[in-house]
Amino acid sequence: MGFEQIVFYVFSATLLFAGTMVITVRNPVHAAMFLVLAFFSSSALWLLLEAEFLAIVLVLVYVGAVMVLFLFVVMMLDINLIPLREGFMRYLPVGVMIALVVIAMMAYVVGSEFSGHSIPARHGADYNNIAELGRILYTDYVYPFELAAVILLVAIIAAISLTLRRRPMVKHQDPDAQVKVKKEDRLRVVKMDAEKNN
Amino acid sequence: MIEFISSWGLPAGLETLIIILVKIIAILVPLLIAVAYYTFAERKILNYFHCRVGPLHVGPRGWLTPIADAIKMMFKEIIIPSGANRTLFLLSPILAFGPAIAAWAVIPFDAELYLADTNAALLYVLALTSFSVYGIILAGWASNSKYPFLGAMRSAAQVVSYELAMGFALVGVIMAAHSLNLREIVNAQQGGFWMWFWLPLLPLFVIYFISGLAETNRPPFDLAEGESEIVAGYQVEYSGFGFGLFFMAEYANMILISMLTALMFLGGWLSPFEGIPNLEEWFAWVPGTVWLLLKTAFFMLLFLWVRATFPRYRYDQLMRLGWKILIPITIAWLIILGGAIVAGLGPWFD
Repeated sequence: MGFEQIVFYVFSATLLFAGTMVITVRNPVHAAMFLVLAFFSSSALWLLLEAEFLAIVLVLVYVGAVMVLFLFVVMMLDINLIPLREGFMRYLPVGVMIALVVIAMMAYVVGSEFSGHSIPARHGADYNNIAELGRILYTDYVYPFELAAVILLVAIIAAISLTLRRRPMVKHQDPDAQVKVKKEDRLRVVKMDAEKNN
Repeated sequence: MIEFISSWGLPAGLETLIIILVKIIAILVPLLIAVAYYTFAERKILNYFHCRVGPLHVGPRGWLTPIADAIKMMFKEIIIPSGANRTLFLLSPILAFGPAIAAWAVIPFDAELYLADTNAALLYVLALTSFSVYGIILAGWASNSKYPFLGAMRSAAQVVSYELAMGFALVGVIMAAHSLNLREIVNAQQGGFWMWFWLPLLPLFVIYFISGLAETNRPPFDLAEGESEIVAGYQVEYSGFGFGLFFMAEYANMILISMLTALMFLGGWLSPFEGIPNLEEWFAWVPGTVWLLLKTAFFMLLFLWVRATFPRYRYDQLMRLGWKILIPITIAWLIILGGAIVAGLGPWFD
């Protein structure tokens, strides 16, 4: 067994362990942290596939931004753990069925794609995955790429418009006006006669 | 050094491993010494700004103060609050400190002096600096106490917001250099002081440094600590070396941001006298690492100078600055930069 295979099995085992812990552990913050671990180990697996750009972007986007917001929400919630446990057995058959369907789909797609193909050859140390990815995205697949970008933009606008509502009672600060304020606007010097001592 | 290890005649895998370990030690030991003396420099320099003298008593002229601080922190008891989540409470200082030193793996110190020369170096650094927020968030939550929690919430929102501005500023650098590799980014800046990226990317340069201040939770963006309103934020409950690790992570991150700014915008190890007759020959003997360290030291001084100069931001103003000022400027400048690159605007992009 080569060094690469050892690395692969170590990270695959970590990934499976972390994935199981995400759904079994009681504390939601612990579950979120196990999800972070799962992202890290799958990113390591992608690095083995010479997909360094995707691997690091996975960490950057999911660990660096998405999971931070997740944690933010999970920490703010006051979750009662007991009702969460009750549903576990009830939803288990549905969950198992969905898992089986997903496995069947993956077997169908991956199996038909790779059966009869040999393992793709390794590239040299000077192979630049980022440059290749960029070239393909902006030449061969430029329209699907732009379409995905537009869909994302629509999602952003929709998300903002969902949260945007008029709240007439809220007092807004206007920093420009605050910065422009002069001494005369705020301060009034009052001259008073000194108190007389008898 | 590498020849010396090669002469032992070890198997190839083991030899590579030993060489990498030696390189790691050669980066980490100076880094930790720099962290220790950066804290000392901060106290001294801030004190001179305030017309005071600063630490004087430990060692000659106070020079052993950071050593004394480190020993004191190591021998203090680590107190775990009774309501705290034990695992995460102990894990979070490590999660704060780990990324701060792991990011140094891809930093080139000279044209041929580096630990790892990766294509995705810039992304790697960005991913790790964004990961360092976990230490703060988890520390705040695991402490099971009000002020740390408030500090953690503030920090989470702040880091996620400023990461965007920072990422966009880096996109500009990537566009100008046509590479994510830090070594190639420096090589793309060859040609003297006016060719360095600080000039064509001036707004991005300023925004990157501002975001760096926010990302490291330094004044004027140190709302996660905010000692006047939330005591000391996320580190209230930490004592001994748990606190020490947070402290070291902050300073290691500051040095990292300074060095990245020097590499990406001030030409890294390139001599500032390149292309100037006479001066270039006179200073040709100076190794590139010295230039890089001098530029880094300049930004490290800037971190302290900012702290001595500006008052802390109010929280809504911090968010406004990030979302409504910095991000629109970066996006506008990316469009201008794209036009300049396509048009081949000289002398930078021709």
